Amino acid sequence: MKAMTMTQKILAFHAKLPDVEAGQLILAEVDMVLGNDITSPVAINEFARINGKGVFDKKKISMVMDHFVPNKDIKAAEQSKKCREFACSMGIENFYDCGQMGVEHALLPERGLVTAGDIVIGADSHTCTYGALGAFSTGVGSTDMACGMASGMAWFKVPSAIKFVLTGRMNKWVSGKDVILHIIGMIGVSGALYKSMEFTGEGLKNLTIDDRLCMANMAIEAGAKNGIFEVDEITLAFLKDVGAKTPVIYKADDNAEYDEVYEIDLAEITPTVSFPHLPENAKTFDEIGEVKIDQVVIGSCTNGRLQDLIEAAEIMKGKKVASGVRTIVIPATQKIYLQAMELGLLKIFVEAGAAVSTPTCGPCLGGHMGILAKGERAVATTNRNFVGRMGHPESEVYLSSPTVAAASSITGKISHPDEVMSS
Amino acid sequence: MNVKGSVLKYGDNVDTDVIIPARYLNTTDKKELASHCMEDIDESFVTRVKTGDIMVAGNNFGCGSSREHAPIAIKESGISLVIAKNFARIFYRNAVNIGLPIIECEQAAEEINEGDTVRVNFETGIIRNITTMKEYKTLPFPPFIQQIIQAGGLVEAVNSGLISKK
Ligand code: SF4
Repeated sequence: MKAMTMTQKILAFHAKLPDVEAGQLILAEVDMVLGNDITSPVAINEFARINGKGVFDKKKISMVMDHFVPNKDIKAAEQSKKCREFACSMGIENFYDCGQMGVEHALLPERGLVTAGDIVIGADSHTCTYGALGAFSTGVGSTDMACGMASGMAWFKVPSAIKFVLTGRMNKWVSGKDVILHIIGMIGVSGALYKSMEFTGEGLKNLTIDDRLCMANMAIEAGAKNGIFEVDEITLAFLKDVGAKTPVIYKADDNAEYDEVYEIDLAEITPTVSFPHLPENAKTFDEIGEVKIDQVVIGSCTNGRLQDLIEAAEIMKGKKVASGVRTIVIPATQKIYLQAMELGLLKIFVEAGAAVSTPTCGPCLGGHMGILAKGERAVATTNRNFVGRMGHPESEVYLSSPTVAAASSITGKISHPDEVMSS
Repeated sequence: MNVKGSVLKYGDNVDTDVIIPARYLNTTDKKELASHCMEDIDESFVTRVKTGDIMVAGNNFGCGSSREHAPIAIKESGISLVIAKNFARIFYRNAVNIGLPIIECEQAAEEINEGDTVRVNFETGIIRNITTMKEYKTLPFPPFIQQIIQAGGLVEAVNSGLISKK
């Protein structure tokens, strides 16, 4: 048998093949098919063209109304309605609408809908997030989603991989976000094109599940097919806690081939910000001058989880948002919202002068709830800073961790947390 | 199958947010999507593009979101083929799945200029720049992908039994 990477092993198992190699085209069974309020309507149109009308498994499809929900306009409402009616007629069990929904990639792990060893395809590019749990998960298009819903199958080109061996422990104010921005800065937005990014090493034990979800989430920003973390005790404890199915652990073979191997000492990473208009424009504070800002967004599938809100609140507690800086905090799911309320975090944000929103993708994709005007700048904990991503084509998005975003909201310019925290 | 058309040229990392901005994703209407195609990097695209035109671009074309609206908007605007140095992977599979022809060719993508007339034969994989009289050879699609394209797209491949549960 050929030596395989983690990803290749999961693919081989689901394709019922003894082994696979990079470049091979395979048909594999999938464990979960995901769509949202933007991509599902296109998939539903395509699904209607498929002979034999049922879905392959009512439990293995998730539809999450998160992008333009609560519906921002009539067209968005029509799209959600289309999804709602389809989900109802097909008996899809994991349909999440306003009131239950959260940003999809925060919601699925929290609901225990993904476990280690699964294959997940989602009509959303950040489906790669679940690699944090040791699953093979990747973004696909709406036609893939339609065919996946009908057949439970998807075609894949088996990827080669880049290995990231993590060592050491992160310093204060450094999180998974800084690590992944650093990595994307290092390898570029097409640095892992068509490939897997596999994370391993003794440094893993110093990364929480929230750190890992954030890092796997941004694998696509390096062009990767998927990002995947080796399963350890932390993963298993999380999966047990959320009531996920029994995990299946795939470890890379010792002699598996990697295109490149990088060793990254987590202790060497400092707070990092990606400048417009590509996530690869990563800068550390020695390179960041005075950049005044108009808006701060803390939320999204990258950094809208509880740990993110706790860290942001630590910075903002007892302080006031700088005048002229609209600060928007968006807990990624209802559960996170509730936990943040119980922990008193929402009070801290509101007292500081921030707006706290119900879960939604909202401003992350320039949808609603915080659109930028011409020439405006935002620091955001989201994952993309492309032209026009948060509004006007001449607006700018700077990507950062929750602590940098929170510190920036207080000073009105891109700031290191140390600037507002006396240590 | 042959296509022949004049070229509209773009650079590296043309992302799905500029191909079709998210503010227009509240529709699945193909014509409406096409009417906003490329508008954040090239407002004149929709008025200049003619049926059969060929889009040429650099590295990592179609990076960003998984929105199938991007290849749909390009196809519906009349573009017959996209040639790039390489494509972002979700865009690549979406294009195959909806039947928008795409070709990876580093040299052609580098040398073909805006306004050139180009002819491409998909069977032979030969790209001919009629304006400069230069020829480029590309690799044909792998057989599995060719089967999907020949079936007419992924839905047709499922309907014809090419993709079904083992
Ligand atoms: S939060 Fe942003 S990146 Fe995440 S799924 Fe929503 S729109 Fe996409």
